[in-house]
Amino acid sequence: MPAERLQDAHIFVHNLTMAYGSLVIQRDLTFGVQRGDIFIIMGGSGCGKSTLLRHLVGLQAPAQGEVFYDGQSLWQVEPAERERMIRRFGVLYQSGALWSSMTLAENIALPLEQYTDLSARQIGELVSLKLALVGLGGFEDYYPSALSGGMQKRAGLARAMALDPDILFFDEPSAGLDPVNSRRLDDLILELRDSLGATVVMVTHELASILTVGTNAVFLDADTKTMIAQGDPKKLLAESHDPKVRQFLTRGDPHA
Amino acid sequence: MSLISFLVGLILAFMGANQLRQFGAQIYVANLVGLSMAREMGAMMTGIIMAGRTGAAFAAQLGTMVVNQEIDALVTLGLKPVEFLVVPRMLALMLMVPLLCIYADLVGILGGAVVGVGMLHLGAAQYYQQTLSALHLLDFVVGLIKGTVFGILIALAGCLRGMQCGRSASAVGAAATSAVVTGIVWIIVSDAVLTVMYNILGI
Repeated sequence: MPAERLQDAHIFVHNLTMAYGSLVIQRDLTFGVQRGDIFIIMGGSGCGKSTLLRHLVGLQAPAQGEVFYDGQSLWQVEPAERERMIRRFGVLYQSGALWSSMTLAENIALPLEQYTDLSARQIGELVSLKLALVGLGGFEDYYPSALSGGMQKRAGLARAMALDPDILFFDEPSAGLDPVNSRRLDDLILELRDSLGATVVMVTHELASILTVGTNAVFLDADTKTMIAQGDPKKLLAESHDPKVRQFLTRGDPHA
Repeated sequence: MSLISFLVGLILAFMGANQLRQFGAQIYVANLVGLSMAREMGAMMTGIIMAGRTGAAFAAQLGTMVVNQEIDALVTLGLKPVEFLVVPRMLALMLMVPLLCIYADLVGILGGAVVGVGMLHLGAAQYYQQTLSALHLLDFVVGLIKGTVFGILIALAGCLRGMQCGRSASAVGAAATSAVVTGIVWIIVSDAVLTVMYNILGI
């Protein structure tokens, strides 16, 4: 991809170095995510995938480098402006991260109450709609602890969509789900992308979802501490000669 | 809370009784117990109990929220965790600790009275009158100011340790422990500072 097009990308990461103190996790990451992409962050365990996600959603500041959204830097702007940018994101955390002291309805209503002028009734209707969308209609008054892991995750997804975000971030959405539910979640993600027109960024090592829904990807390597491949995962599987990438995408099967 | 305040009043009275009896001044046990409960021990005991009970609970609640990424979820929705989680807890303790403090003062004075009447054979009415004449509203206010300060510090210590919690289940336990230690240290230090300040101001 030529450099000018990268700059215009919906999300553009430039020379990003991530570190905890003096411990460098990944360095020199540069990639772009186009509008409408389903972008996969992949790599072995402990290579910094979730850390990269934390940098993208503004929870952790980069040690070096920049993250741009529509050409606007996330970390160079004033905190108030950054907060405004972050509000356009929807984030689904690994465990759902629902607020455990609130019911599902209250969880989803909270961002709506904070940022919209809707009446209580309109919010109630919207909450029911979002819950129905993820297959949890009728569970409004349940507390998160009363739900299974998969249901919590779907409720987390409903909350992530509450404000109709531009960009959806998923941290290992299918971890802990059985194959059928994980497939359903993939379908749901595709549906959402199409209906909201959102860009999706997903951390996952679920091979099946990587190859079915992913349209673009980076591969992070823990040993060299940088990205060693990027592009459409299906193409990477067909064309990449890098042994680590091949091994990952074929589950280590040398004959694939 | 009741039991501890009652016993503290009782202990103060016992200790005072033994000393004051040598001078035949048993009646001043009422002054001793009343003043020390109102100015010092009521607030101090309430503070320490609340640090162990509520400070630890705050740290555990917020720590669990950190581990579950619930705090991250607040931040990415643009909600400030301090405004949302810390301020309400601080207000709650700022109000409740002084109230509990008054209660502890009264129960402690009652404990002293039990010793005064039962062991020193002072008349109940006499003890009551002596307490009234020894105590001024200002003494309670002094204790309440301490209680308010302790409430703020307990909430701060609990919330601070909770927010600093690591990302594992065992870190939540460590956060709760550390909140109690921090809370009690802050209470004692601030108590010393306040007592010196009162002394300088002459109240």
